[in-house]
Amino acid sequence: MTAKEEVENFHTIAVLVDNEPGVLARVIGLFSGRGYNIESLTVAEISHEEGFSRITIVTSGTPMIIEQIKAQLGRLVPVHNVSDLTLDGPSVERELALVKVAGSGEKRVESLRIADIFRARVLDSTNESFVFEIVGDTGKLNAFIELMRPLGLADVSRTGVVAIARGLGAL
Amino acid sequence: MANDQFSGAEILLKALVDQGVTELFGYPGGAVLPVYDAMHQQNALRHILVRQEGGAVHAAEGYARSTGKVGVVLVTSGPGATNAVTGLTDALMDSIPLVCITGQVPTHLIGNDAFQECDTTGITRPCTKHNYLVKDVNDLARVVHEAFHVARSGRPGPVVIDLPKDVAMNVGSYVPPAKVKHKNYQPKLKGDLKAIRQAVELMAGAKKPIFYCGGGVINSGPHASLLLAELVRATGYPCTLTLMGLGAIPSSDPQFLGMLGMHGTYEANLAMHDCDVMICVGARFDDRITGLLSDFSPNSKKIHIDIDPSSINKNVRVDVPIVGDVAHVLEDMIKLWKSSQAKPDQKALKAWWKRIDEWRAKDCLKFTQKGKVIKPQYAIQRLYEATKGLDDVYITTEVGQHQMWAAQFYGFEKPNHWLTSGGLGTMGYGLPAAMGVQVAHPDALVIDIAGEASILMNIQEMSTLAQHRLPVKVFILNNEYMGMVRQWQELLHGGRYAESYMESLPDFVKLAESFGAVGLRAEKPGDVDGLIHEMLAVDKAVIADVRVDKLENCFPMIPSGAAHNKMLLGPEDKAEKPVSEDGMVLV
Repeated sequence: MTAKEEVENFHTIAVLVDNEPGVLARVIGLFSGRGYNIESLTVAEISHEEGFSRITIVTSGTPMIIEQIKAQLGRLVPVHNVSDLTLDGPSVERELALVKVAGSGEKRVESLRIADIFRARVLDSTNESFVFEIVGDTGKLNAFIELMRPLGLADVSRTGVVAIARGLGAL
Repeated sequence: MANDQFSGAEILLKALVDQGVTELFGYPGGAVLPVYDAMHQQNALRHILVRQEGGAVHAAEGYARSTGKVGVVLVTSGPGATNAVTGLTDALMDSIPLVCITGQVPTHLIGNDAFQECDTTGITRPCTKHNYLVKDVNDLARVVHEAFHVARSGRPGPVVIDLPKDVAMNVGSYVPPAKVKHKNYQPKLKGDLKAIRQAVELMAGAKKPIFYCGGGVINSGPHASLLLAELVRATGYPCTLTLMGLGAIPSSDPQFLGMLGMHGTYEANLAMHDCDVMICVGARFDDRITGLLSDFSPNSKKIHIDIDPSSINKNVRVDVPIVGDVAHVLEDMIKLWKSSQAKPDQKALKAWWKRIDEWRAKDCLKFTQKGKVIKPQYAIQRLYEATKGLDDVYITTEVGQHQMWAAQFYGFEKPNHWLTSGGLGTMGYGLPAAMGVQVAHPDALVIDIAGEASILMNIQEMSTLAQHRLPVKVFILNNEYMGMVRQWQELLHGGRYAESYMESLPDFVKLAESFGAVGLRAEKPGDVDGLIHEMLAVDKAVIADVRVDKLENCFPMIPSGAAHNKMLLGPEDKAEKPVSEDGMVLV
């Protein structure tokens, strides 16, 4: 079977890197230079003593492309470890969004009601707006944002996906 | 100054010496002046002053490829660094170990659009294996040692160290190589024994096997080539080499089928197409090799040995991947092959060789030298005849038809003696690369087989040859066209030769003389032997201008987008097999 006929899937990939200047540029440059997709990317330092950062990338491609992406990431000198959380066993994924909804009257009440159903918290409120904080998987966030659209959705800020393997194993 | 404190420039030079560097190639400028000043006050390092930074990088590539050592380049900031970019990309594509030190404006000016400032680490990030910007003089020694480790380990490649001028002048302490260990970059050398065993079983059961080997064998060191020859002979299987792999087994070996790929031999390409077990050693299934991917060797099981995991399953799915260094894996493979007392099916093997011999009988590289015009193939053949008996001959090339003819008609018996720009296809590579080889091997015969178009891309390096008394021979096959461009225009674009003819070429004989070299010219077949004889007799740089058939095409040829078994053998072949639309868009 050629790559063309294979199905494209989403994969969440965790990468442990040295927290050094340019490391994010290397990872992003690899994706743009070789034509891979980035659906979401998050990065932050996770150990100051050891100088490690963790990058979580959600990407899509055929199995052959995904395998290539992992091999190419592994080839970067500051990369310590690459893990495909979608393939390497069960994992949990979360994303956080800040959602601003502007409006008044019935729409304003409705947005608060839906926020309650989604367990979103109110972080800021004025007479004509709310800022909600919502945590969940990407699908839940998408659903919430779609419901807010007709109710006066004004602004959205999302963190992108962070993920970690279930159980004892560490990256 | 306490005696364990040194300037950044001194630390850099000390680190280079401790890394075994004796020669480097470069060009000074404002941002690297402190380094040049320190170099002026020592004798351990010899600096070869080039005429353009691009030449320095190719020279270092030639030096590295011919010695197995890391090539070293020193250039200034801004244009010095950007001129180096082509060479760095070339080295990345062909896996050549380089360390390139670029000067940078002082740290407090970085980002200010200062004079001769550019974002060197940003520009070179995609064209190096790794790069560093050194901001603290106390990091410098570690960075240099790490850079050498990264450049030469695993799949080799170029590493850039960007050194701001103030860091080169600041004072700090030195750390010797033994005290620096890279925290995570330690590529795996040994292959997985289970996979190797599986490969040996597959090989033993083969009826139509072939070894397909490339530049990874050369990069693994001369020992890897000896092991490859041993395994090829122990199995009795045919072997073909990529452009980058030539010399990995002797071209005179009866089991060698010649080069494969777009301009490879008929027998090599058909054997690749029809084989049932392919043993790929240190090659990467690139598009010049595979032709049409969906029709590439459709019925074979594939074994792939490569030190770079990203080479595996990149273009072609393989059945037995083995990640490891070629020499290490071959050593285990030979042991297992011998201890398993593998007995290949001799009857099937005999039938396979019979088919291969039938393909060989086509004599796909034949050409006829008659009349008053020199055939380019003839010129290379005579050059080979005249030099094959000599002890140490290195051939470099530029890029184009002459490069393919050199690969087809010059026989290589040893690794590291053939230097060509394979991956990037950089015109202008050959002369500076030859320069680098000659610096490393002062007594060897170094010949750049060139085209008249390519040679003009780095012709300024003739002046470097003069300054450093490097007797490089430039052997130009002059057809006044960018030959390969013209060939594609003939075969693919209806013979409309857009901008592929060069008017007003220089008089190469006079040009040679103006650079203090010897200029020679051959205009008819009878002149060729005399010209070669004279070229070899001169103890100086030479430009030999060999006027060849202007319209000769390079065959055999697999048109782009075609499968191996659809190759064109010669001009009479092309009419029946027009190139497909899909093929036209490929390069």
